[in-house]
Amino acid sequence: MTQEWILVLGAGSDMARAAARRFARAGYNIQQASRNTEELDIEARHLQLKYGVQTQTLPFDALEFDSHAAFYAELEPKPIGILLAFGALGEQARDQKDVSWIRKIIDTNYTGAASILEVIAADFERRKRGFIVGTSSVAGDRGRQSNYIYGSAKAGLSTYLAGLRHRLHGSGVNVLTVKPGFVATKMTTGLDLPDKLTAGPQEAGERIYRAVQKEKHLVYIRPIWRWIMLIIIHMPEFIFKRTKL
Amino acid sequence: MQLTGWGRYPIIEASPVTFQDHRSLAARLAETKPLIPYGNGRSYGDSALSSRFVPMRSRDRLLAFDPDSGLLTCEAGVLLSEIIETFLPSGWFLKVTPGTRLITVGGAVAADVHGKNHHQAGCFGDTVESLLLMLADGRIRRCSRKENPELFHATCGGMGLTGVILQVEFYLQPVPSAIIEQATIKTRNLKETFEAFEKYADWPYSVAWIDCLARGAALGRSLLMLGRFAPIGELDYAPRRTKTIPCNFPGFLLKSYSVRAFNSVYYARARSGISLNFVDIDAFFYPLDAISNWNRIYGGSGFVQYQFILPKKHSYTGLEQVLRKIMKTGKGSFLAVLKLYGPANDNYLSFPMEGYSLALDFKIEPGLFALLEQLDEIVLKHKGRLYLAKDARMSRDTFEGGYPQAEAFRSLRTSLGLAGAFNSLQSQRLGL
Ligand SMILES: Cc1cc2nc3c(=O)[nH]c(=O)nc-3n(C[C@H](O)[C@H](O)[C@H](O)COP(=O)(O)OP(=O)(O)OC[C@H]3O[C@@H](n4cnc5c(N)ncnc54)[C@H](O)[C@@H]3O)c2cc1C
Ligand SMILES: NC(=O)c1ccc[n+]([C@@H]2O[C@H](COP(=O)([O-])OP(=O)(O)OC[C@H]3O[C@@H](n4cnc5c(N)ncnc54)[C@H](OP(=O)(O)O)[C@@H]3O)[C@@H](O)[C@H]2O)c1
Repeated sequence: MTQEWILVLGAGSDMARAAARRFARAGYNIQQASRNTEELDIEARHLQLKYGVQTQTLPFDALEFDSHAAFYAELEPKPIGILLAFGALGEQARDQKDVSWIRKIIDTNYTGAASILEVIAADFERRKRGFIVGTSSVAGDRGRQSNYIYGSAKAGLSTYLAGLRHRLHGSGVNVLTVKPGFVATKMTTGLDLPDKLTAGPQEAGERIYRAVQKEKHLVYIRPIWRWIMLIIIHMPEFIFKRTKL
Repeated sequence: MQLTGWGRYPIIEASPVTFQDHRSLAARLAETKPLIPYGNGRSYGDSALSSRFVPMRSRDRLLAFDPDSGLLTCEAGVLLSEIIETFLPSGWFLKVTPGTRLITVGGAVAADVHGKNHHQAGCFGDTVESLLLMLADGRIRRCSRKENPELFHATCGGMGLTGVILQVEFYLQPVPSAIIEQATIKTRNLKETFEAFEKYADWPYSVAWIDCLARGAALGRSLLMLGRFAPIGELDYAPRRTKTIPCNFPGFLLKSYSVRAFNSVYYARARSGISLNFVDIDAFFYPLDAISNWNRIYGGSGFVQYQFILPKKHSYTGLEQVLRKIMKTGKGSFLAVLKLYGPANDNYLSFPMEGYSLALDFKIEPGLFALLEQLDEIVLKHKGRLYLAKDARMSRDTFEGGYPQAEAFRSLRTSLGLAGAFNSLQSQRLGL
């Protein structure tokens, strides 16, 4: 048992919930933060009963940038690790016609993450310890007609996380970028995802936990995604343009 | 997406009605009708199938446990396996468990499932203190024997037709070890099998594996397995690793000669008389869970499990007739399980009654349903009924004949506005 805390941002995410349980199983106490705290209170009872760990439930909105510094300042005790999972997939067809939606997707996936992570990074840098897990997406690796608003926001997040990793390296703080590929969560319900390429949330939680233990920089939930993305990224533009992806 | 039960028959096109919290579930219920809750899909037939279904597995949180009384409160999507993993190491086990641990608590309540100890412990519903149920209008009712008792007795065994079970409060039993002392008794015919069941009725767990292809004087020969918790021993528990069958098994492997070979090998394993040994919980209660998708063994067209129960008075003659009929057709299954049951409870559609039940698997093939209809007649003639959680094909008449409280269940559904809101393929077929 450790007395360390993990802060989960967007803790209502199915993937984050599974990852948090995995950390709780290893003895970490869990601070869950999200907009819907009622659901988090239920999850907190489960974490306490099942794993015997301590929990906190905290209201947090990624879009309220101004609140982020105070949110973290009031957090007690300070966590050893951050699981940042919030994000919004949006709907390409709707979003591309409306700049307010474009902004919301970018702000939820990128600006909100950068805003809170800057506050946290400053503290971790000072304390010279901790780890940060950011959830980006393979959608950010190449723009595609079907989701490039979301994809470009995630591209920004991936680049942001890479830069943060670079900066914090000297302070002994690792930054892990998660590119899930397909995971069956509420974000993807109703989408027809191929079985072989789609992980369950629990599998995702386990992969994320192990990647943190091994201080990895990048993890795909199903390893096959590394190869899929290698092909997609290297496909010449004149061929790529004709695909329906 | 495609949706199916454990028997992989029927397979339908369906879409999930997902929700994040009680509020959003209430909103979804208001806009989508009809629908049916879906637990872990371990019912064999079409009880949980509908073109719109509510997946319940993600409601998987343990909420409270009282170590003085053993009362556990959890959400309906929690798997029994999760409960065992969490509480067995501190000496608690389910009071009632079916032959698989991979079902949800909601599914256990909705089918009022039973285990090998029905003759002593009753059904899952009998271990329930109270439950939270969301009705079609989004209101949440607490149901127990004292509060909304009709709704409680309709929901336990109600196959998801009274609303969405959200939370359940039920008792676990303290156990001295995680080890089962098992006795295996070999019987030579049906009469001996029945006698052995009665003789050893003081053992909490009993079940007989019946060789349904044995003929003539050997008709009904069985292996009766008895079990009880060993008084001392480890409480450690790690679920067994499961193996996976890579694809659908070609159906021809199940021609009756191979089933017969399997049956005689299994029967020969226990030397005559009684043998005693110790086994772990998974081996005793959940042998089938060791292979994660054994249901694919029956090939692409799927299978049905035929499970009926007969009152004690008629059990012997009824069973004999059923076994003879099956023997004549040469259709048979890997598993034919015979069990002794205690008295029925007050739930409207609960399956058990004091008597014996037999469960057999049949691969779907031409002529099967005609055979099963003949079996239905024998069952009805002997005042028995079929288990809804296993059924994919029984007729409305067969259902009405077996379940005297069907009409009362129907009127309760109508009076609470549930009839048009919650429906499965099964409830539509049975006019429930
Ligand atoms: C290998 C194996 C062995 C079995 N052995 C036994 C046994 O020994 N004894 C026994 O009694 N049964 C046995 N069964 C049957 C099984 O226990 C029941 O069918 C059980 O209901 C399955 O639960 P589930 O969570 O998979 O529910 P599903 O199969 O998904 O659904 C079953 C029914 O429950 C309803 N339901 C599910 N969740 C909810 C909810 N939250 N609210 C309202 N309704 C809900 C559904 O609408 C449906 O009508 C066995 C099944 C298998 C595969
Ligand atoms: N599932 C996949 O296949 C997949 C693939 C690639 C990338 N991802 C990424 O993985 C992460 C987790 O996704 P998931 O699949 O687990 O999705 P999910 O279950 O839908 O979770 C997304 C979470 O983001 C939270 N959120 C949205 N806007 C927020 C805001 N303004 N402030 C705070 N929280 C907010 C939501 O919280 P509330 O409870 O408050 O609504 C929700 O719980 C996301 O970043 C997603 O983009 C997922």
